[in-house]
Amino acid sequence: MADPLIELDQIGKSFDGGRAFALRDVTLSLAQGSFTALVGQSGSGKTTTLKTINRLVEPDRGEVRIGGRAVRDQPGPQLRRGIGYVFQGIGLFPHLTVGENIAAGPRLAGWAKDRTAARSLELLDLVALPRAVADRRPAELSGGQQQRVGLARALAAGPKIMLMDEPFGALDPVTRLELGDAYRALHQRLGLTTVMVTHDVQEAVLLADRVVVMKGGRVLADDAPRNLLAGHPDPDVAALMSTPRVQAERVAELMRSGPGG
Amino acid sequence: MGEQVKAAFALLPSYLGQHVLLSLSALVLGLVLSLPLAVWAARDARVRWPVLALASLIQTIPGLALLALFYPLLLALGSLIGQKLPALGFLPSLLALALYSMLPVLRNGVTGITGVDPAVREAADGLGMTPAQTLWRVELPLAAPVIMAGVRTAAVWTIGAATLSTPVGQPSLGNYIFSGLQTENWVFVLFGCGASAVLALAADQLLGLIEGGLARRDRRRILAGGIGLVVGAALAMAPLLVHENRPRYVIGAKNFSEQFILADLIGRRLEEQGAAAQSREGLGSAVIFRALAAGDIDAYVDYSGTLWTNVLGRRDIPSRQAMLEALTKELKARYGVTVVGALGFENAYALAMKADRAQALGVHTLADLAPAAPGLTLGGDLEFLSRPEWAAIRRAYGLNFKAERSYNPTFMYQALKSGEADVISAFSSDGRIAADNLVTLADPKGAVPAYDAVVLVSPKRAGDRRLLAAVRPLIGHIPVDAMRQANLSVDRDRDKSTPQDAAAALAKAIGVQ
Repeated sequence: MADPLIELDQIGKSFDGGRAFALRDVTLSLAQGSFTALVGQSGSGKTTTLKTINRLVEPDRGEVRIGGRAVRDQPGPQLRRGIGYVFQGIGLFPHLTVGENIAAGPRLAGWAKDRTAARSLELLDLVALPRAVADRRPAELSGGQQQRVGLARALAAGPKIMLMDEPFGALDPVTRLELGDAYRALHQRLGLTTVMVTHDVQEAVLLADRVVVMKGGRVLADDAPRNLLAGHPDPDVAALMSTPRVQAERVAELMRSGPGG
Repeated sequence: MGEQVKAAFALLPSYLGQHVLLSLSALVLGLVLSLPLAVWAARDARVRWPVLALASLIQTIPGLALLALFYPLLLALGSLIGQKLPALGFLPSLLALALYSMLPVLRNGVTGITGVDPAVREAADGLGMTPAQTLWRVELPLAAPVIMAGVRTAAVWTIGAATLSTPVGQPSLGNYIFSGLQTENWVFVLFGCGASAVLALAADQLLGLIEGGLARRDRRRILAGGIGLVVGAALAMAPLLVHENRPRYVIGAKNFSEQFILADLIGRRLEEQGAAAQSREGLGSAVIFRALAAGDIDAYVDYSGTLWTNVLGRRDIPSRQAMLEALTKELKARYGVTVVGALGFENAYALAMKADRAQALGVHTLADLAPAAPGLTLGGDLEFLSRPEWAAIRRAYGLNFKAERSYNPTFMYQALKSGEADVISAFSSDGRIAADNLVTLADPKGAVPAYDAVVLVSPKRAGDRRLLAAVRPLIGHIPVDAMRQANLSVDRDRDKSTPQDAAAALAKAIGVQ
């Protein structure tokens, strides 16, 4: 295993003055260049875990380190400028053009104007959008196009780490598959380290090279997709990881039974 | 009619300029205060409620009262910090109007900023924007159209409410309205209303252009609206820049025709001496004396009995001459105010009735009035019913009216005419007493003091030769007939004169021109 780039060391987080736990002793070590999917049901703590990495959430206990450096010691805004963040809500700035949206990160990093503009076009190419959309408003784009812009905006300042929270959750299945594959290719091409939250196990196993299953704020399983799909001693993990297979079997059965009628 | 319109237009550059200067300053000050407050309130829910509640509370205070309240407030504040603050004129008007303008901007600001899509805010956070960058690059641009709509409302309110600054001594388009109301010059009243409405509409349209530009991200609209506002405001305020080299005097006037005429007469005399003079009209009896003592105005005409009872708080009633001498001494000693002398006529408070009504009831004196009073309604001017003179008359003659009502002096005479009031607190120098065929009731017990018109000069102008030279020829030279004639020419319903014309005619009549 390569050197760990992101380390979560016994992270704990509670709400309501300690009565409710979001995270208990979450420990993860994510290698440079890895693509990790955090899966689990709603309330399992996967989004909270993700947000401790770029300090959108502060853990009560434990330490998060990136490249050996505790994130707690770095100012939040500074830290986040070096980490891409994509989420289901997308949150494109409606008062700016697509190009200006993509340029937001480079602008914060203080890039020169012409370099920023060139970068916007380069990223449109990267996420496979026509350059002409640079001058449009986000509202004029489809949902899939908007998330492509969201992706481009997150990548614009050249981060080495991408944090993604249900990035394709709001898209139709076809777009979802297409954009997932496109991102997987980008991840490899740009040498990114990606952490993606999803509740869709199928998406997780098809895109990630490592799957972390969470429940009740704890890590239940942390392994390669192939190993988890083969079975797991924890019944919750086994049930969750069997869903793609069960679905595939039902679909296969449906197709074997021939045309209905 | 045409004459009145012409007279109104002649005053427009100065009134409009003052009105625009005041409204604009108040709006800018209001924005400077309310925008940061709105941001704070939008960020912190605990601040939001108290801030909006306070702004709403301010809005419930009638505009005129809010302006009036700043007079004692500034006096108190001035004595607290040991520095004399100008309690009349621009400062209190500015502060009151700025406060008044805050609510719509606050409310829309909070709505606009809290209304920003949480996803957009999360994206800003995720990109690494600091809270300040999120505010300037995301929240404010997105809230701008809503905030601008609030600014529009604030501008319209401020321009309208600025007409109320006249009674606290700040010239505005309200001068047309207030002086028109006192002198029944409806052309002036309409002119003032119309001018402020046109001004408000113009500001509203230009700000609307900016609002639309912000909503549609159309720079040309924003620019056009902005240029329109700047150019319009600059044009309106240009007359204020005409440099005045001459020494400036401010002459005060209470809220009735005689005061307007006399203030203008004194101003006219000063201008003949090569000085510039400006009237502050519509001031109340108590405010006007304090304004003189504080040096906010340089001179005005008051009445000996009023000063005796209201300012010195005396209840005894000495002879005319003794009162004048005592006043001269006391006002100088207590306030440093100079009594230059009596003008030669008296304007006493006198209860008056229609002659035929008095005849029918057999009322000739205040003593005769007592038995008839329980069936009659008394109409007083705005301050009479709360003045010590009325308490003294009531005590001396045991008067108990069926009802007591307050009127603006102009409407008080109308009320008597129409039968709404049976007895009114008339002024003995009023031309309408003869014109309306009224009788004034004699005061056999001497309950009402003498009301000789006297010229007062502020402490800081005590030794001012130019002012004294302007005023002295008037002392003892205005007989009551001449004053009544002048008052009537302004107060009558037909062939009305402006106070300025009446002052010119009076000057001619008494030969000081």
